[in-house]
Amino acid sequence: MHKEFLMGNAAIARGAIAAGLNLICGYPGTPSTEVLETTAKNNDGTIYVEWSVNEKAAMEVGAGAAYSGARTMVTMKQVGLNVASDPLMSLEYIGVKGGMVIMVADDPGPISSQTEQDTRHFASFSKLPCFDPSTVQEAYDMIQEAFEFSEKYHTPVFFRPTTRVCHAYASIDVKDKEEYKENKPEGFIKDSSRWVIFPRLSYNAHMNIEERNAELSDIFSGYGRNAVIPATAAGCRKGIASHGISWTYVREVLRGKEAPALFKVSTPFPFPEKAAVNFLKDLDEVLCIEELDPVIERELVYVCGKYHLNTRIIGKLTGHVKTAGENTCDSVRGDIGFFMGWGLQDAELPDIELPDAQPELPVRPPVLCAGCPHRASFYAVKQAMKGQKTIFCGDIGCYTLGNAMPLDMVDTCLCMGAGVNIAQGVGRIDPDTKCFAFVGDSTFFASAITGAVNAVYNQADMTLIVLDNSTTAMTGHQPHPGTGRTMMGQVVDKVNIEAVLRGVGLTAVETVDPLQLDKAVDTVKRVAAEKGVKAIIFRSPCAVLIKPDKPAVIDPDKCIQCRKCINSLGCPGIIISDGSVTIDNSLCSGCGLCTQVCPVGAISCGKEAE
Amino acid sequence: MINNILLCGVGGQGTVLTSKLVAACAMEKGFSVMSAETIGMAQKGGSVFSFLRIAEGEQICTPMFGTGMADIIIAFEPAEAVRMLSYLRKDGTVIVNSRPVMPVTAALKASDYNGKEMLDYLSTKVGNLTVVDGDRICRELGSPRALNMILLGVAVKSGVLPFTTDDAVEAMKRSVKPQFIELNEKALRYEV
Repeated sequence: MHKEFLMGNAAIARGAIAAGLNLICGYPGTPSTEVLETTAKNNDGTIYVEWSVNEKAAMEVGAGAAYSGARTMVTMKQVGLNVASDPLMSLEYIGVKGGMVIMVADDPGPISSQTEQDTRHFASFSKLPCFDPSTVQEAYDMIQEAFEFSEKYHTPVFFRPTTRVCHAYASIDVKDKEEYKENKPEGFIKDSSRWVIFPRLSYNAHMNIEERNAELSDIFSGYGRNAVIPATAAGCRKGIASHGISWTYVREVLRGKEAPALFKVSTPFPFPEKAAVNFLKDLDEVLCIEELDPVIERELVYVCGKYHLNTRIIGKLTGHVKTAGENTCDSVRGDIGFFMGWGLQDAELPDIELPDAQPELPVRPPVLCAGCPHRASFYAVKQAMKGQKTIFCGDIGCYTLGNAMPLDMVDTCLCMGAGVNIAQGVGRIDPDTKCFAFVGDSTFFASAITGAVNAVYNQADMTLIVLDNSTTAMTGHQPHPGTGRTMMGQVVDKVNIEAVLRGVGLTAVETVDPLQLDKAVDTVKRVAAEKGVKAIIFRSPCAVLIKPDKPAVIDPDKCIQCRKCINSLGCPGIIISDGSVTIDNSLCSGCGLCTQVCPVGAISCGKEAE
Repeated sequence: MINNILLCGVGGQGTVLTSKLVAACAMEKGFSVMSAETIGMAQKGGSVFSFLRIAEGEQICTPMFGTGMADIIIAFEPAEAVRMLSYLRKDGTVIVNSRPVMPVTAALKASDYNGKEMLDYLSTKVGNLTVVDGDRICRELGSPRALNMILLGVAVKSGVLPFTTDDAVEAMKRSVKPQFIELNEKALRYEV
């Protein structure tokens, strides 16, 4: 054992390695990404690591490995689980041989996600046991226990941290290499009565699953991480139930205070019913502090009904705790203060002056980076289609930020790969509209290819714009099939986007550098005017990954302060300083887009600038 | 006693790296450390923060803390200091870089945000305020990359953190590439 300062996601990876991990695969998504990346970084060569093309592929690769006796982890964010739900729902009926942990990171807030969906529901829906860690140390220890449970009960298990656990850092106790468990998979052993799903097998499996989950509920009632802590306040008949990071806020708020009874739920499914009865039996009132959905709250209401307990359960369902967004130490302090009837002094309200006369703060929405080629692509399409009736369907990635003013080039965004199909639907109802779908290269491979096939087969009229910056930029630059690099460090043949689209049968597939603005605009005009399903690949590397060129230079004698550069591009590298348009040299990458937009040629780049 | 530290700034300014160095120094001294920071979409030019907590033994139960609890705020940008000021405890310390970072939204609105009114506001609200002309010192040291170490150096000298400048220099030497050691040491030891 030794101490290390680790991020929650790194602790999960390191814990899985200590548990004898043989294979890990997943698809990047904040806040889950670092689990797989850390495993790759710490791989001594004995672990197979892959970024799969999407979560469904990852779940299936993981299933095959777990069938073969490997200790397997599959990683994704909560919305990725929706993509993987088809194999997931059947996999529970089949079960596994090697321990299989499905690591799904939830995102209360949401901070970097489309939804606030709660994977604890997916656990009960798919009937899979679920582990919910509350600290970095617990994540490290619990992931190892999750593998043991999975293997013992031949079932995949969920491991469900939330953003504040994934991205917290702590100095924690980690095992030395000698303490690691070793797992040698025996390989796949044929047995069609076990590995082939059929209605009769499923009937029997369903019986067994329900029986096992009832047993697991009892076992989880004795699991040390599902703690029932008696009240320290004399005669107190109140209790608080919590989980995950919220549990740590509860402990923080109660530090040094006489506390009510506490119930920490680390396995939301199967719910530790006996532990719950033990917690509830002498209490009049229980406050549930949860993030996302009131899962514990509903379970406790159910337990009260089932065991005829006269305890009032309050929380999100009763309007005592806010129903959306993440909890904070402050919000939990308020919720507990109200519940316990603390006066203002006891509630430890912040002892600072209220911010009177605070100056108006600049708003800082996330923006496309200075030099981002997506800005050029959006601007080119905008210029080319000026005055025409259009729809610009966006997708998930950095380029969702194309929605911001002044570009304002994202009319819809739903989920990974949706844009290409939404554009078709709009076109069916509104045939006069020129329909565009924008998709990034990684998202293209993850889930837009089927949409392109659908468009060709059904004779749609649309233009697919592939924004190819040759990386998965939003989540931190992971490789994908188009990059020719794998997480095992191999250099492999790139899957060529143009070849895929031509193979599918698009009528036109053109590739252009978006930073050559005139050429890009002409290409869009020409391609969009054709009938059928066409594609333009805007190819230019992510600005973060290339060495920046010399910053642009504004000639003060030529600049007429019209601000066209700012008002049409919204590049963070162009600012106003002392009333004049100025290049921020610390941000400008010298991409040259603004030099092509300036109406008086006042901005120059590269050799010209010298 | 728990030491609560808040670092804040704009995505890309280096708050996360600084928070890691503070953690390394504290761990070297035998303290337990927890921290939490912004990762993801907001890093692209948005407001970012790191919460950092240092204590002996196992006292810290959560990486986050509430308003009115920070012993020190190390702000890389004036408006970000104001944004996070409610986290400062009474008599807490604020170290702030004077250079404003103008967001695209401000440029679009032709706003003349220049950070001055933020610094004025801070000086009326905070007793223990140190304004650092990071831009000037960076030019003097010859690199814009020195900002985080300059601010950390000032914070260490304020005496609020449980380690010395020498400790910070040693921790920095272990974590940066050899060619950056000299610059970072000068930045950490810079007398404002």
